[in-house]
Amino acid sequence: MKNTLTGKIRTAAAGLGIAGLLLAGQISAVSVSADAGAAFRTLDEIKESGTVNIGVFSDKSPFGYVDEYGEYQGYDVYFANRIGEDLGVEINYVSTEAANRIEYLQTGKVDIILANFTVTEERAEEVDFALPYMNVALGVVSPEDAVIESLDDIGPDDQVIVISGTTAETYLVKNNPEIKLQKYDAYAEAKTAFENGNGVAWANDNTEVIAFSIENEGYVVGIPSLGSQDTIAPAVTKGNESLLNWLNDEIRSLGEEEFFHRDYEETLLDTYGKDYEDTLVVEGGAAPEAAA
Amino acid sequence: MQNMGIDVLFKGRNFLRLLGGLWVAVRISLISVAISIVLGILMGMLMTLKNRPVQILCRIYLEIVRIMPQMVLLFIVYFGTTRVFGWNLSAEYAAIIVFSFWGTAEMGDLVRGSLISIPKIQYESARALGMKEGTLFRHVILPQTVRRLIPLSINLITRMIKTTSLVMMIGMVEVLKVAQQIIEANRKSSPNAAFGVFFVVFLLYFLICWPVSRAAVYLEKRWAE
Repeated sequence: MKNTLTGKIRTAAAGLGIAGLLLAGQISAVSVSADAGAAFRTLDEIKESGTVNIGVFSDKSPFGYVDEYGEYQGYDVYFANRIGEDLGVEINYVSTEAANRIEYLQTGKVDIILANFTVTEERAEEVDFALPYMNVALGVVSPEDAVIESLDDIGPDDQVIVISGTTAETYLVKNNPEIKLQKYDAYAEAKTAFENGNGVAWANDNTEVIAFSIENEGYVVGIPSLGSQDTIAPAVTKGNESLLNWLNDEIRSLGEEEFFHRDYEETLLDTYGKDYEDTLVVEGGAAPEAAA
Repeated sequence: MQNMGIDVLFKGRNFLRLLGGLWVAVRISLISVAISIVLGILMGMLMTLKNRPVQILCRIYLEIVRIMPQMVLLFIVYFGTTRVFGWNLSAEYAAIIVFSFWGTAEMGDLVRGSLISIPKIQYESARALGMKEGTLFRHVILPQTVRRLIPLSINLITRMIKTTSLVMMIGMVEVLKVAQQIIEANRKSSPNAAFGVFFVVFLLYFLICWPVSRAAVYLEKRWAE
């Protein structure tokens, strides 16, 4: 009896082992590069390999997302597709998260990050940013019967809704401490409070408040860009000059054909409408003068 | 159904994509579980040796695995090995290494627990019958250990299956990531899709974990004799 039992155990173990080996066989082989020094691939190396690895968001509609056919789409991806075309190589999209974008570049596991990457001083120490292709700023939305068009319109007893931990909160606390804030932890709470009239206005990233005003009747974005204008730009591994220069040239020459306006119209128009095109788009690497 | 947002799963290839993501999760966990069982049994035997340095080393290994969040391990193996050694491990290999590293330690501890729970009299009786150590281990101790091990290891296996969702942090698109992609791509047209889609993901995880625990019950009965 004992013999058959051990036999079964042995068969089961062998079965598991074989299954493991079979499954392991399906996985793409591991490549071990001997040179630990080169953390990035130069422009020529990318062209030679025939594939460029681009890190994008896969769940941040409308900037980087995956449609129902499994294809990457969005404002960032539209630009990425053009990069692939102009480099004359295939694109391997890598799904990145906000938290691992820098890590991907520093280990050279992607060549370019195009994941709605806001340019900041701290990040610029870790990676190299190319010229910007989009603006982000703070925006303030208010009901259309009592529009707040400048921070001076906010009365001494009025409260402004913000979400804790956002740049909007930091900015208002620092620059306009006299304004009373009503803080919420979650996007949904803030939105509901604002809809219930708990505050005279809601301050947040302008992309968020613009989308809100378009989806909800009766609200307008009185202040579409407030405070320091931040930009969004492609990033490459620190020191990858050949690729950085190529990207900068590419962005400049795309400006001549109004590429990013076309990109906006193809990907962002449904969410943000025509009115904000010049607020959000950066063409040819430089902010357009006197935007509408 | 409309309000739950399950309908978004029938747009385009969405449901197939979800199943594809499930296969990624299942593949990683199956391979890691197989490796963990084999190495874990060896590990457990090592841990019962009355050898001080071996015991200390095993203890350190086990504690590292217990203290380190799996996500940190994934980052170390996927990004860290590239930084330090220049190895370019694929995300899938990195995931399998991390999950096997974790599974082997925990499995080893379970095996150790099961081994020392076998009463001393079993060893003594077998020796009194004139069995050699190898025979004793294979025919008396191991079968009893494996029987005790099954319920414990099922718990570990199902936990490993569920923890595979972390591999999205190293760029692998598994079932939960596909679910997030689907929800986010349809945020405007079906704002409530999160509920329906996550409910389906819950069902899928259940469909994977449930047969595992049924199989365990079956094996326990079969091997109980």
